[in-house]
This record gives sequence, structure tokens and C-alpha cells, in this order.
Amino acid sequence: MDRKIRVLVAKPGLDGHDRGAKVIARALRDDGMEVIYTGLRQTPEQIVSAAIQEDADVVALSILSGAHNHLFPRVTELLAAKGSGDVLVIGGGVIPEEDIDFLKSKGVAAIFGPGTTTRTTIDFIRSNLKR
Amino acid sequence: MDDTEGLKKANETWESSLAKSLAKFPERSERFVTGSKVPVKRLYTPLDTKRDYVGTLGFPGEYPYTRGVQNTMYRSRFWTMRQYAGFGTAEESNARYKFLLAQGQTGLSIAFDLPTQIGYDSDHALAAGEVGKVGVAVDSLADMEILFDGIPLDKVSTSMTINAPAAVLLAMYVAVAEKQGVAATALNGTIQNDILKEYVARGTYIYPPAPSMRLITDIFAWCATEVPNWNTISISGYHIREAGSTAVQEVAFTLADGIAYVEAAMKAGLDIDDFGPRLSFFFNAHNELFEEVAKYRAARRVWAKVMKERFGAKNPKSLMLRFHTQTGGSTLTAQQPENNVVRVTLQALAAVLGGTQSLHTNSRDEALALPTEDSVRIALRTQQIIAHESGVAETVDPLAGSYYVESLTDTIEKEVFAYLGRIDALGGAVKAIEQGYIQKEIQDAAYSYQLEIEKDERVIVGLNKFQVKEGPPKGLLRVDPEVGRRQVAKIAAVKESRDGARVQRALAALETAAKGTDNLMPLILEAVRSYATLGEISDVLRLVFGEYRQSAMF
Repeated sequence: MDRKIRVLVAKPGLDGHDRGAKVIARALRDDGMEVIYTGLRQTPEQIVSAAIQEDADVVALSILSGAHNHLFPRVTELLAAKGSGDVLVIGGGVIPEEDIDFLKSKGVAAIFGPGTTTRTTIDFIRSNLKR
Repeated sequence: MDDTEGLKKANETWESSLAKSLAKFPERSERFVTGSKVPVKRLYTPLDTKRDYVGTLGFPGEYPYTRGVQNTMYRSRFWTMRQYAGFGTAEESNARYKFLLAQGQTGLSIAFDLPTQIGYDSDHALAAGEVGKVGVAVDSLADMEILFDGIPLDKVSTSMTINAPAAVLLAMYVAVAEKQGVAATALNGTIQNDILKEYVARGTYIYPPAPSMRLITDIFAWCATEVPNWNTISISGYHIREAGSTAVQEVAFTLADGIAYVEAAMKAGLDIDDFGPRLSFFFNAHNELFEEVAKYRAARRVWAKVMKERFGAKNPKSLMLRFHTQTGGSTLTAQQPENNVVRVTLQALAAVLGGTQSLHTNSRDEALALPTEDSVRIALRTQQIIAHESGVAETVDPLAGSYYVESLTDTIEKEVFAYLGRIDALGGAVKAIEQGYIQKEIQDAAYSYQLEIEKDERVIVGLNKFQVKEGPPKGLLRVDPEVGRRQVAKIAAVKESRDGARVQRALAALETAAKGTDNLMPLILEAVRSYATLGEISDVLRLVFGEYRQSAMF
């Protein structure tokens, strides 16, 4: 039997804008994935420990505060350090184009900006799973 | 002479005369609805607005305030043009405020960074990467002194978007005024101070609801005598709407929060006519012009009725819903961002036609980053063009009497009262939030909006229709990452130079008072004057009050 794809939707940083995180969480669930949402203000350490505990295949980070360059790489580093480098990490929110290459070089597989359809994100997850 | 029957007949005849042309040219849709799913008819006539004019509309400046809270509205004075701004350090933000005032802005609106909004100093571990990003970093009175340097506080009105630590920032503002030789009684401005919407929509809460409500009522009581011209709260629908609510829900949940604050203050022994006149509101403006205008008009009427009939307020000022408007950030697109100037124009027009008291117009680049100076100037010019060139400000409430707008105003009022009834049945706004009811309503609306876009049932120009190939946007504002380090150094310097014993005394006194029932404002003011930091003061209250934990539902 196919195991459902497990996704941890997480809000790193201090901003409280979780409309996007909740919409994407629901869309992934409606598409048949198992979704856990962390709630606001999660540190990279909390996110990674939740991802491991929940056996997540995907960590979807949402941030609008501007602290992505600081926080996203922490998440990928910690995942790798804990032997979970095969978790697919994606990000969304208000993230300037010029930061995307840097984030990708740090192991974030894709960044989805404002206006992305939930379908685009779902398709990306389904075709880029690393495990 | 009443000719209802004749009109009904004529209307029916007209409707039946359409069959032929409808068969040939069907309408674009079988059903037309507003964003709040209010059905929109093909045509509105006097049949839709049969009314007692004085009772439902009345005159501007008179109950039930449908037509506006001031009697001559913009014929006397335009709305306050108030651009929300702040980033980086106090020095950089001070320069932006001076720029805005020089461009003809008439009030200040302070954006604080997230650590400040959550009561963390810039050197706190959770502040890493966040300092100065979405607003200015304020750690102690020393930053506040720089922020308002050269800006006479008796000459400007200042709005501060600050909620959980509102008491501390207000105290800092009063302390800066003291240093400028300005009496607190001469200060004009607003603190947002609306914690309930933080739990459901904006997320910068610190303490649980009960102690948060106590801080708010302490502020109401203290300001009534000490800072009498201050708007002690700005009950906000803006963020509820940004989180995805409809226009009807925006008004309903905002007024439900307002009712909760009034009840809390009355329970604390305050007289409604002492604090009622200082309550202010904050709404969003989206693109659907008529629904937005009707929304503001309905909100005024509902609030007046609630204050008069439910709470027995007598002072006319207690009945007036005065509000600030900001155009809708979530309506802006990252695609073809120049189009956002047009969206903002429509939204600003709605706010003005709806009788707003002050207005922030968003900048075209806000779906991408914080706005540049050029973008902010265009946004401010948009307001100035509406004020000086469009002619819409020359008469009061110009859309009154439109069959459609009046009918929509009535419908929104009815639906808002229905929501208020449901929230009352749950035990009020605080209980409804604790049970997740309001959050769920907003999330459902947000999700269905997203699906409408994805199914192309809703067109967003440049997003799901009329797209073009674009290169990455250029010239966005970036906050210098050095800001964090500079703030950390500043905190160290402040701690070095202040009277440590005085700080400890002030914080200990605050802790004792927080455990009891005394008004906390005088103690917070003393702590601020001693240069205790925002983080130190908030930590004392965290210790006594505890911290709120959100239940993460979606």
C-alpha cells in the first residue's frame, strides 16, 4: 500500500502571516497528503525536531518577515546534521528574486512566491520527493 | 404620493422585456455576487431602498452616523494622509518620517519590527535575522528619542502599530514628549492595542487573553485622565481581511472584538462615556468599490446602534465609529506590479467615499518587499490626487441614495448583526476565539478565494489572466543586515550608562503590581524613564502573566 506523503508546514521567524501556510496546508491535505502544521514562531531547531518526529518527507517553510536568509539555511543544515538531508525542503512567502539562488545553494529545493497556484506546489512536491 | 405599486409593475414589465435580448446576448454569468457572496441583482430601483430616511441614514454627524461622523466631512478638512513606515534603526526611520512630512503627509504611522512587537530586545536569540526588517527596532527610550528627534510631538499625530507591548511604547512616547517639554495632555495619536485580532489574524501576541485584556483596560483608564486626546485602541479589521475574510466578516469580527473590549472595560468599572469616545477602528479597502463603501457605512450604523442600544452610551462621541483605512496588501500582485497603483487608487477611492478619517495607501512594490521612497511617493500622491483633483471630497457621502449602495449597506448590516448574534451565542469574541470559530470562518473564506482564482472563477489581472513574461523586479528596498549588530551595541551602551538600581526598583515594583490589581501604566512609565528595555519590561510581565500558545489548526 502506498504510504501517504507526509508534509510539515512550518512558520519560522516571528511574523504572524499564516494565511498562505494554512491555504497550502489545506490544499496538500485535499490532494491526499498527510499534513502537520506547526503554528507560528517556530525556531529552526523546533522545526527540524518536529520534522524528524513526524517522519516528514517534506518541510514547507513559509515566511514573510524577511528573515529567510537567516532561518532557511539553519533548517537545511540541522536536517543534514541529524541525518535527514533527504527531506525535501521548499519555501514560500515574500522572498526577493535575488535571494533565491542563495537559498537554493543552501539546499532549499524551490521558492514559491506570491501568486503561485497550489497546484504548482503540489506537482513540485510529487515529482521531486527525495524519499 | 406613494407609487410603489406602479413602480413594481413597471419593473416587472421591464424585466420581462429582456427575454429576447438575453436569449441573444446572455449575461456573463448566471449569478453575480459580491466578494462577501451577497447576490447582486441586475438593477436596483427605489423598490430596494424603501426606508425611513432619518432613522436609517440621518444626517452626517448625527445618529446613526451612516453618512459620516463629522457634519461637514472633507469640506472642512481632508482625511489624514498617514503612510505606515519604519525600518532599520531609529535614525533611518526618523529620516523617512521627515521625508514624508516634507512631501505633505499629515500624520505619522510607526511600523515596528517583529522583535519589538513581540517584546524581545534586539539581542534576544529569537530576534536574529528579524531586527529592523518589517519596521523600526525600538529597545529602549534611547531609540524612541532618536525616532522622534526634531519632530515636535505637540504638532503631529502619531499612530503606532503596536499591540501586546502597547503600554510600553505608549509610555516611551509620553516620556519622549516630557523630554521635549510637551505635556501628555497635548499628545494626539493612536496605539493599535487590539490583542484579540492578534490571536486570530496577525500573530504578534505575548500573553494570554485575560491579562492582555487587563493591560488594555489599564490603558483606557490611565489615558482618560493622563492622555485624554489619545486613541487608546484601534480595533482592527484590517488584518482579519488580510487573513482572508470577506468584507462582511471583517466588519462582524471587528465589531465583535469591539464589544468584548467595551464589556471588559465596563467590568473593570469604567464608564462607557469616558472611554467610548477614544475607541477607534481600522479597516481594509479592497477593489470592489461599492461593497467597500457600503461596508464602512454599515459598520458606522451597526456600531452606533450597539453602543446606544446595547451599552446605553449617551455621549454622541461614544457612538461614532471613527476609522483609519489601509488599502489591501493581499490584493497586490507580484506580477506586473505597476498595476498595483491602479488597484490602490480604486481602494483609496472606496475609503474616501466611505468616509474614512485617515488613510494609508500601499505602495506598488509591497508584494515584493518594503516600499522604496519612489513607490511611497506615488502612493501618497494617489491620495492627494483623489483629494484635490477628483472632486469626490466636495460633498458629504456622495453615494448615499444610490439604490444599489443603500441596498448593499442594509444587507451588510443585517449579515453583521447575524454574525454578532452567533458570536454572542458562543459567549462573546474571546470565547469564540478560544473555540477557534472566528479562525475557522476566516480560513474557510481564504481557501475558497484561492480556489476561485485557481479555477479561473475569479480573474486577477496579470496573475491568472493577461499575463506577460517579466524579468525579476529591480530596485527593491533592502534592509542593511548590519542593523541587528548596531542595535545590539546600542542596548549594551544603554545598559552601561543607566542607573541600574533604579531599573531594578522599577521592574520589581512592576512585578508586584502585575500580581495585584493596580493600574500598571504608571509603573511601566517609571520603568521606561529608567531606561529599562522593552524586553526587560515584557519579561517581567511574561513571568507573572504567562505566554499564549496558539492551537495550530488549518
